[in-house]
Amino acid sequence: MSADKNQWQSICKLDDIPAQGARVVKREGKTDIALFRTLDNRVFALDDHCPHKGGALSHGLVYGDTVACPLHNFKISLQTGQAQAPDEGHTPCHKVELRDDTVWLAVD
Amino acid sequence: MQKQRLVLIGNGMAGIRTLEEILKHDKDRYEITVIGDEPWGNYNRIQLSPILAGEQKLKDIILNDLDWYAEHGVRLVKGCAATRIDRERREVHTAASEAIAYDKLLIATGSRPFMLPVPGAELDGVIGFRDIKDTEKMIVAAALHRHAVVIGGGLLGLEAAHGLKLRGMDVTVIHLGDWLLNRQLDETAGRLLEKSLAERGLKLKLGAKTQALVGENGHVTGVRLESGELIPADLVVMAVGIVPNADLAREAGIEVSNGIVVDDTLATSDEHVYAVGECVNHRGVSYGLVAPLFEMAKVLGNQLGGCGKQRYTGTTTSTKLKVTGIDLFSAGEFMGGENCDEIVLSDPAGGVYKRLIVRDNKLVGACLYGDTSDGAWYFQLLRQERDLADLRSQLLFGPPRDLGDHGTSGASRAAALPDDAEICGCNGVTKGVLVKAIKEKGLFTVDDVKKHTKAGASCGSCTGLVEQVLMSTVGSSFQDAPKRKSLCGCTDHTHGEVREAIREQHLVTLADTMKALHWKTPDGCPTCRPALNYYLISTWPGEAKDDPQARLVNERVHANVQKDSTFSVIPRMWGGVTSPAELRKIADVADKFNVKMVKVTGGQRLDLLGVKKEDLPQMWRELDMPCGMGYAKGLRTVKTCVGKQFCRFGTQDSTGMGIALEKAFDRMWAPHKVKLAVSGCPRNCAEAGIKDVGIIAVDSGWEIYIGGNGGIKTEVAEFFTKVKTEEEVLEYSGAVLQLYREEAYYLERTVHYMGRVGLDYIKSKVLEDATNRKALWARLQLALAGEPDPWQAQLGADAAARFTDLTV
Ligand SMILES: Cc1cc2nc3c(=O)[nH]c(=O)nc-3n(C[C@H](O)[C@H](O)[C@H](O)COP(=O)(O)OP(=O)(O)OC[C@H]3O[C@@H](n4cnc5c(N)ncnc54)[C@H](O)[C@@H]3O)c2cc1C
Ligand code: HEM
Ligand code: SF4
Ligand code: FES
Repeated sequence: MSADKNQWQSICKLDDIPAQGARVVKREGKTDIALFRTLDNRVFALDDHCPHKGGALSHGLVYGDTVACPLHNFKISLQTGQAQAPDEGHTPCHKVELRDDTVWLAVD
Repeated sequence: MQKQRLVLIGNGMAGIRTLEEILKHDKDRYEITVIGDEPWGNYNRIQLSPILAGEQKLKDIILNDLDWYAEHGVRLVKGCAATRIDRERREVHTAASEAIAYDKLLIATGSRPFMLPVPGAELDGVIGFRDIKDTEKMIVAAALHRHAVVIGGGLLGLEAAHGLKLRGMDVTVIHLGDWLLNRQLDETAGRLLEKSLAERGLKLKLGAKTQALVGENGHVTGVRLESGELIPADLVVMAVGIVPNADLAREAGIEVSNGIVVDDTLATSDEHVYAVGECVNHRGVSYGLVAPLFEMAKVLGNQLGGCGKQRYTGTTTSTKLKVTGIDLFSAGEFMGGENCDEIVLSDPAGGVYKRLIVRDNKLVGACLYGDTSDGAWYFQLLRQERDLADLRSQLLFGPPRDLGDHGTSGASRAAALPDDAEICGCNGVTKGVLVKAIKEKGLFTVDDVKKHTKAGASCGSCTGLVEQVLMSTVGSSFQDAPKRKSLCGCTDHTHGEVREAIREQHLVTLADTMKALHWKTPDGCPTCRPALNYYLISTWPGEAKDDPQARLVNERVHANVQKDSTFSVIPRMWGGVTSPAELRKIADVADKFNVKMVKVTGGQRLDLLGVKKEDLPQMWRELDMPCGMGYAKGLRTVKTCVGKQFCRFGTQDSTGMGIALEKAFDRMWAPHKVKLAVSGCPRNCAEAGIKDVGIIAVDSGWEIYIGGNGGIKTEVAEFFTKVKTEEEVLEYSGAVLQLYREEAYYLERTVHYMGRVGLDYIKSKVLEDATNRKALWARLQLALAGEPDPWQAQLGADAAARFTDLTV
């Protein structure tokens, strides 16, 4: 999965993602990606898959730059995909950018 | 802006805990330097006793290794004492002749053993028991020598004696008091302890006064008592008390009286200098146990971390002895006194003794020996100053409920449980796992234990047990839940204070509430956001806007999330009654959307399971039934029996009553889930006895029961009142529920709310005050009048963004 194979694609408008919420991007044959929008309008992209037991992070509660998994409350950093200690685990992150009010995602 | 310089003298338990509290709030606020005269990182001093006893290793007790200091940007000057404080230049001078400047200085130098000023005290082989160095000396002495004398039969002395004995020494304890632990135990318990220590081979000299230590070639060889007796000794451990290390402060002109004098904000007489730990004198008390020190650390950490001043008002402490196999516990005024009653159980042959001291119908002291499993419960009663009216006759026999009871009022036999006993059923955590985590990670609070082991982190019903295990593992260093518990880490305010502020300051949005109450985080966390949202909408119905992003997934999408991230759909069936047409419609919808399972719920309705999120809105449309709120902290179901319409025993129309109740309370959000049931006669087929509000019909009317719960811990509802008419059933039940909605804390079930405020209080508000009852009922009706059906409310224009996915 080298970065150069990734292609930037425009996905949606910022307002298509609820603030302090998430929106799912489906991919053929691959794990869904969850796009997160924080209170201060930063956008993050993570696999929609909790490292614990696979809960959909897009269903989680978004606060600061963290999302709490809906199933057992693992707290996953939107910046790094890392579970907050003492829990352990990591969810892959994807490159995402806000250009004007459009959300761009680098997908492989 | 340049950071403020914070200097800590004393690299010990209280000081470092304070730093941890500060860093938790603001990791960048200070440039921190720690000066400590011991050559290691902060370690768990308490565990020196198990180390001496050979039950633990040194490396296991390090609480903060050197990496911790590096990671947090804390400079550690170790193995180097602070020698002088220059308050004018605001500098601390060290033994290495460095001058370290501060803006704020924290003194946490702990205390040192008091060495009896008897002739020979300076001989080699005479030591205190305070640090790793002392412990190592004892371990070496035990390997080389035979005779040890411990002076002082207090907690520390007995733990030292026990450890040395286990290491094969011949140990004599010399104690001035007439019985052992005379500061913690009454005579009877002291005698029991004496017997069991003697059985372990300790020699005990009680009422004995040391006259001198004798030696040869500068090394101690014996202890002479005033009686003239000479006890041989190659090692003498002095454990007769501790002296606060306050010299540095005194020499710098800071007020010292025995310890460094601090006020309730832990400030010394110099406004730039604070002190915590054993070195302080707070309201005339110097503590020698960690629980109070940690409480101080929390208060000061909050303040220095920029979260506002709080007050430390002192701590009630309790005692345990860390000698494996000996169980004793004491707290409060265990000796009793004027106007006190004593409740005593004494079985010397069985080695069990319990003495409870009661004054004004409140527990003020406890002394337990042999069976301490109820210690935590007594301690709780004592600190809460709980009225004993309903407990008194059974008090000696422990809490009235079973193992695993909810919350800290719960009973426990935790100490006696085997290691493989499951403590937390939700997360499969056994006692062994808990104990290991507590020891290895140095955990002291229930919250820490929850975070690290997940025990008690899910349903919370085992919290009481977790607390018991914690207490029996760490002994008196156990930190009971603070009397005031903040809502979550984002604020220092309690649930009660937040509710009050929302009402008094007329706050209607989450953002305003967080601002007005100085939230520490920009937009809260998964604990506070749902709570605040509920407080807002229940306090200001029609005015505060429900914020879906402040709700957890179930209440955001109005369905129950399942483990595979699909959802379940439960429509309302009023009173559990349905019709052929409705069943056909449900069947059609289930077919059309490929529902994986159709299940009859325990609440007498149908659950359609395995639904994809994007299908939810369309399913709701096609069902065209009210939302059952089967996912909600709010009205779930009203279960009914068939009653008088069909049943040969029925006395009233229980089905019709149930439907009326469900329609009256439909769409009601609440602090937690609310379930009702109505039975047509006392045979009670609808199981009304375990519902939040249970109604049982009798010939002459309706009996109302409240506060039942069929959950993890079954709670039988309490009889509330009997009424005549259906209208009264609605009015009385509605008033009770509205009171609960207005006053309970978020996630507090009716039974726990009732436990907190008391059934009599609820009666006074609803039964005895008719005006208030009618007002409550009116407020509930008003609040519900404006409440939309949750499903219908979702079908608006923004449904797409909520329920459908994007693709690439
Ligand atoms: C063997 C033993 C068993 C115990 N068991 C229990 C128990 O079961 N339960 C319980 O609650 N409590 C227990 N205690 C008491 C508990 O350990 C103390 O209450 C606690 O450690 C005090 O914390 P502190 O930070 O005030 O002092 P300390 O932890 O002693 O820290 C003070 C530090 O400051 C250093 N220092 C002092 N002067 C200077 C200076 N001038 N310059 C630099 N550094 C300096 C000291 O060397 C020390 O490292 C026990 C204590 C001992 C010794
Ligand atoms: C804290 C622990 C509990 C959890 C996590 C829990 C979870 C759930 C869930 C997820 C559902 C919905 C099922 C679905 O739609 O997929 C449900 C429904 C139900 N639960 Fe529980 N439950 C708990 C405690 C209880 C208790 C204590 C009782 C009983 C007294 C109970 C009785 C029911 C009933 C009767 C239903 C059906 C509800 C309805 O028809 O609306 N549950 N529970
Ligand atoms: S509770 Fe009484 S009235 Fe209702 S079904 Fe049972 S027996 Fe009949
Ligand atoms: S699946 Fe995310 S916390 Fe368990």
